[in-house]
Amino acid sequence: MSSEIPEDGLVLVVREGCPTCQLIAPVAADLEARGALAAIYSQDNPDFPAGLRVNDDRHLEVSFRLEITIVPTLIRVTGGVETSRAIGWSRREWCAIAALDDLGPGLPEEQPGCGSLSEEPGWAEELQARHGETGLESATLSLQFPEDPFEIMDIRGWSDGLPVVPPTPARVLATLNECTLEHDHVLGQIPPSGAELTVEKAAINAVMAGCRPVYFPVVLAALDAALDPDFAWQGLLSTTMGAGVAVIVNGPVIRRIGLNSGFNVLGHGTRANATIARTLVLIAMNVGGARPGGTDRSTLGHPGKHGLCFAEDESDPAWQTLAASRGIEEGRSAVTVFGFCGTSIMNVETARTAEDLVASHERSLEAMSQMRSSRRGGGVLLVIAGEFWRIFRESGWDRARIEAALHDATTGPGGGTPMFESGDLLVTRAGSNAGLFSTIIQGWGSGPMGSQPVTREVEP
Amino acid sequence: MTTILLDPTAARASPARQRVAGHRSLEGLTVGLLDIRKRQGDVVLDHLERLLGERGIRTGRYAKPTFTKPAPGAVIDRIASECDAVIEGLAD
Repeated sequence: MSSEIPEDGLVLVVREGCPTCQLIAPVAADLEARGALAAIYSQDNPDFPAGLRVNDDRHLEVSFRLEITIVPTLIRVTGGVETSRAIGWSRREWCAIAALDDLGPGLPEEQPGCGSLSEEPGWAEELQARHGETGLESATLSLQFPEDPFEIMDIRGWSDGLPVVPPTPARVLATLNECTLEHDHVLGQIPPSGAELTVEKAAINAVMAGCRPVYFPVVLAALDAALDPDFAWQGLLSTTMGAGVAVIVNGPVIRRIGLNSGFNVLGHGTRANATIARTLVLIAMNVGGARPGGTDRSTLGHPGKHGLCFAEDESDPAWQTLAASRGIEEGRSAVTVFGFCGTSIMNVETARTAEDLVASHERSLEAMSQMRSSRRGGGVLLVIAGEFWRIFRESGWDRARIEAALHDATTGPGGGTPMFESGDLLVTRAGSNAGLFSTIIQGWGSGPMGSQPVTREVEP
Repeated sequence: MTTILLDPTAARASPARQRVAGHRSLEGLTVGLLDIRKRQGDVVLDHLERLLGERGIRTGRYAKPTFTKPAPGAVIDRIASECDAVIEGLAD
């Protein structure tokens, strides 16, 4: 749709749902009666103001082109160029623009307007996609009804097996608006193919994974962490052992985007948890070319290869957060990525003391790491739930004490080669408060020759 | 009704390249033997080195620091400049 905007005269944009527009309806009628109005556009009802020749702008194209932010807006156009504009109602400004001195008798001197519908979330990006300069560089695929986008995307191999959200320009623009980076900024080379990942491609895959736009800064931080050579993403994607990426989130961003750190935290049920790490999976497939049986050589894989993302439970100030333990300033948001090969829940309901808890994990930790034929463990991320932490806390134990005790327990009496080097055994808090459980998240290969956890701050 | 989708793939991926023609014979060539550090890769490569040597074919030994990560550029450059063909031991 294309609408001709008058090149000379007064242009008025209103909507019925705005009290100020209702207030100035008699002024609009007065201006039209005097032949002073070149055009009036209504954003919601083409019969408002009643009795006037109103142009229908329910598609909001004119509002977008005129960059209307508030209604009513009165604009003077001369030779196709805007020369003046009044936002909301102000008798002084309207009279000046209309070159009349007696507008709106009986009305207050001024009254602020309402937000333009063209600025509403959802509309703004849709209008930018339809009528504006998007700056998007990706190839487009144009589907006509009854072609089903979900089926077409699946046929094209753009999915991890579950349906993906159609990456329309409006959705991608809404996601890109959540970061300050340019669309074409290169985030890095995505393994295994080494193809460049731009911010735009990251946003497309985030949309497809189901991310809300506000999740995007967390996705970008997770990508930055995963692209650190220490993380060895290439190895994780290619290995026959079948490794996935876990993303643990800390800081104020948890509440801001609604990440779950409680019930079923490692399971389903929360959109942010379900989609952030999934974005990395889609990027590895769509940009990096990691396809099972192709460069993804996983013999068995595991359910966590769909991506695992969760928030640490930061509700107890006595607990030093994972991010803080890894050098991030308290109060800042951060992600930590951890390459993993599966999870195993520990039921320790008979334990009553901190020592009991550590002892109950000794053999399990050993078992989880002895899957490597070498004596060295593959790294472990231990997730402890509420009751579990309560016992530690009541015993006066903190993160450092827990990690040290687990380290000693897995080294065994009389010393010897420690199963876990410093940094290979991470502890985090998550899950609900009922149930004396922990979960051992089994690492892939630890140390400089394997995959090391990497932490990155989330850019605000 | 039209739905526009943006392509999520690496549309700017590297262009297709011509494959280098294969060698019909190894005579007079240098063959690189790349150990990616998978267990027992050296056993296979030692064996190949001996077999190639018995046929008078020159060999050179190369290694990645770890199989978990891509070969460093310097290793790739050395193989490319010193060898006509390369054999790498992939699996353990």
